[in-house]
Amino acid sequence: MAKPLLEVDDVTVDYVTDVADIRAVDRVSLTLHAGEFLGIVGESGCGKSTLLFAIAQLLSPPAELVSGRVHFGGQDLVQLREDELRHVRWRDYSVVMQSAMNALNPMKSIGAQFKDTIRAHTRMAPAAIRARSAEVLHLVGIDAVHLESYPHQLSGGMRQRAMIAMALLFTPQLVIMDEPTSALDVVAQRSLMNQIKALQRQLGFAVIFVTHDMSVVGQYSDRVMVMYAGQIAEIGATASVFERPLHPYTKGLLEAFPSVRGPRRALTGIPGTPPDLARPPAGCRFHPRCPEVRPECSTLEPAVSMIDGTAVRCILYAAPLEDAV
Amino acid sequence: MRYITRRLGLFLVTLWAALTVNFIIPRVMPGNEATAVLATYHGVNPAALHALQIEFGVNVHQNIIVTYLQYIANCFTGQFGITAQRNPVITEILSKVPWTLGLVGVTTVIAFAAGTLVGAVSAWKRGGRLDGILPPLLFIVASFPVFFVGLLLIFGLAVTLNWFPLASNYSIGATPSLSLSFIGDVLDHAILPGAALVIVTAGLWIYSMRNNMISTLAEDYVKMGRAKGLPTWRIMFDYAARNAILPNLTGFAMQLGYVLGGSILIEYTFSYPGLGYLFYTSTTDHDLPLMQALFLFYTFAVLICVLLADLLTAGLDPRTREA
Amino acid sequence: MAVPAIVTEPGLIGAADTSRGTQAVQRFTQAILRNRKATAGVIILLILGFAAAFPGLIAHDDPQAAIYDQSIGPSAQHLLGTTQLGQDVFAQLVWGTRLTLIVTVVVSAIATLISMVIGVTAAYVGGMTDRTLSLITDVFLILPTLPLLIVLASYLPPGTITLIVVLTLTSWAFQARQLRSQGLSLRARDFLVAARVRGERTSYIILVEMVPTMTSLLVASFLGLAVFVVGFAAGLQFLGLGNSTELTWGTMLYYAEQSGALEAGNAWWALAPGAAVALMGAGFALVNYAFDEISNPALRPVRRRRGKAAA
Repeated sequence: MAKPLLEVDDVTVDYVTDVADIRAVDRVSLTLHAGEFLGIVGESGCGKSTLLFAIAQLLSPPAELVSGRVHFGGQDLVQLREDELRHVRWRDYSVVMQSAMNALNPMKSIGAQFKDTIRAHTRMAPAAIRARSAEVLHLVGIDAVHLESYPHQLSGGMRQRAMIAMALLFTPQLVIMDEPTSALDVVAQRSLMNQIKALQRQLGFAVIFVTHDMSVVGQYSDRVMVMYAGQIAEIGATASVFERPLHPYTKGLLEAFPSVRGPRRALTGIPGTPPDLARPPAGCRFHPRCPEVRPECSTLEPAVSMIDGTAVRCILYAAPLEDAV
Repeated sequence: MRYITRRLGLFLVTLWAALTVNFIIPRVMPGNEATAVLATYHGVNPAALHALQIEFGVNVHQNIIVTYLQYIANCFTGQFGITAQRNPVITEILSKVPWTLGLVGVTTVIAFAAGTLVGAVSAWKRGGRLDGILPPLLFIVASFPVFFVGLLLIFGLAVTLNWFPLASNYSIGATPSLSLSFIGDVLDHAILPGAALVIVTAGLWIYSMRNNMISTLAEDYVKMGRAKGLPTWRIMFDYAARNAILPNLTGFAMQLGYVLGGSILIEYTFSYPGLGYLFYTSTTDHDLPLMQALFLFYTFAVLICVLLADLLTAGLDPRTREA
Repeated sequence: MAVPAIVTEPGLIGAADTSRGTQAVQRFTQAILRNRKATAGVIILLILGFAAAFPGLIAHDDPQAAIYDQSIGPSAQHLLGTTQLGQDVFAQLVWGTRLTLIVTVVVSAIATLISMVIGVTAAYVGGMTDRTLSLITDVFLILPTLPLLIVLASYLPPGTITLIVVLTLTSWAFQARQLRSQGLSLRARDFLVAARVRGERTSYIILVEMVPTMTSLLVASFLGLAVFVVGFAAGLQFLGLGNSTELTWGTMLYYAEQSGALEAGNAWWALAPGAAVALMGAGFALVNYAFDEISNPALRPVRRRRGKAAA
């Protein structure tokens, strides 16, 4: 197996408040290889966006990365100082945020923002800057004339694509995306996703894609990670997870979506609501809502077990306990 | 374009309101102030006297609408009548304008520049030890009455330490000229009043700038700036500070009204013979024509600044250009 | 999910309101005690309030009695020296607190009230009324305060009532915009729509439904106004346009300035009332600043943990 591009090792993130510390991400580990598309799914508040920002070293107070390592490009990003990080940012990995309207400076033209980004990392003649900017815009299907446009002059879909173009300015090895399609209608969504996949095949970058939309993940990702209440519930190849979901939560998520071509069946949701992370349930965090709950689940926190290449955190799959632990 | 028309409309309405205040008050307030004052005006320039009669409604036997319109026409042609010392009001005012303009103009520029810098940096470096003390300290100093700061400076630096003169705009007996020594003398006299104004103006501006910066820093595009690896100074100034100031430029211009009021008090405290001191003497002399004309001038000054700020905002903020 | 039962008994609503009220007061008191700035501000205001209510307990001299040596500096018998007429400055300062505080509070209260009525009516009624009221507010906001104060005060007979009237007239506009904004955002809220559907009169909706929800903004407006009213009142009196026959800190400043106290050796006659005005302003400002922080968590001081994350 080739050396992984990204290794996230036991990352934990807390939100530090006056009253209590809230653990938003709890000991999450994952590996990503070059060119891979990893989708991260979960309900609102499960910590997926926080995890993303933690990986990208973009956390701001009151969020704090409490422990863990992020190995990327032969370095542990967590240990780097801000000025050392600047060399890595955008050249080796870039970020695409959820709302382009908020992520783009409303007072600068698109071209000006591209120029700022390029000049932050390398010296280039103005003509070369413009050429490169036009090139990446072309990649996402936007005419170069829009370099002069301001964000509010573009449509939602165009803005999002402009953001992706900006993310590709230095053809990084990894692009991290935080729900980039959530603000779009279904048609624009599909168009954008297809564009992203095409670019991925063309330029070979890996993608970490956070979403709450199972159907998007199912269709476009190579591997999928299911998060619940700040922890990994299940992570494995998309095909395996979708065909044979292991964790009861994953099963619940999949059963909440009707299949377009499959047989008609009654939809079931997952009863209850996600836990308050300030006071998570004891033992397995999912146990109050789990249809396959066992008595041990309320006291024992399950470790992660590997079943046929898929990692799952559930007592149903734990190896039977030996006397000597 | 609609934005500019709306602001221009506000400008005109406020100007009209100020003119009308001047017209209505003498006619509405209890007592016969105006009549009594004008009765003392004998043997003066008839045109000037007539202008005053129109403004104050003394000895006028015409339709009030006609009088009103004549009054407004007079204002636009600079016919404000004469002062208690029998000088034309307009000349009296214009002669003092440079002194006040110099003092207030320079201090505002300094306060704005310093305020923006300190406000931006202090918002950027939140969480440091300084952050718990500096903003409330500034807020308190900014809420000091401006004349108190002036009094402190007089007492501390002029009376006790004798570093600066305590009053006036240049030494008694000095002849105004463009010589270096005279200019030096003027600056020497302007430092304390200037310092008082800068302290209070900057304090206010720093506080509001800091709050605006804090909101701006929470915006996603600032986080994106960090994500893209942009240098810190560029994010702080080009992405955050600029976006924090521009929508609030008009607000800053409105604060100028407060600053101008403060300058009146400062000129009084330092006996600095500018427009503010003139305003004060007009009240003690009960010189109504001068007083009302000064009120108009101060209002007009604020309006011009606000309009300029609006034009700047419209010019620099791409979002308003569409409207 | 079952639809929540509609509350039909007015008694129940009343009971909920009272307990909500007491809870709010409790939370507020706790917030003040936890926030150092609020505590400092409240202490300052309490001290000033005490001086206003019981001046005789702090200063034993009659402030108007001109019986001492004239224009002397601070000494053991006269903590802040004496005036040009031989009155004790310290006594004047303490006794002057009452009228100064009364004027400040009365003006701020009335101005906040007017501000609220105009702001909320503009927000709720909308349309032409809104545009007219907003225009009037904007005009009053732009007109420079001190020049307007000077013109108005010069025409009216000097006295405390005049002072209160002109100060209220020039300061009601300060907060009207914010109150209108909040009125606008409240307007669409469900409980107001429910009241409209019930058929309540507009005045009822504004006074009984909207205003209590805006209490925190009203308190913040009152405090913010007070900071500036103290300064403007003192400024106007400093120029001699207030109520020079009555004893306030502003009139003390006027007489001190007229007598050249700063140069004559009893500088405290001028500096003490100025400092007192600054102190009262600071008290209101501190409580206001803390109030901002309590109601808007984004402004609170940021706590950072030291040290980088370890493996």
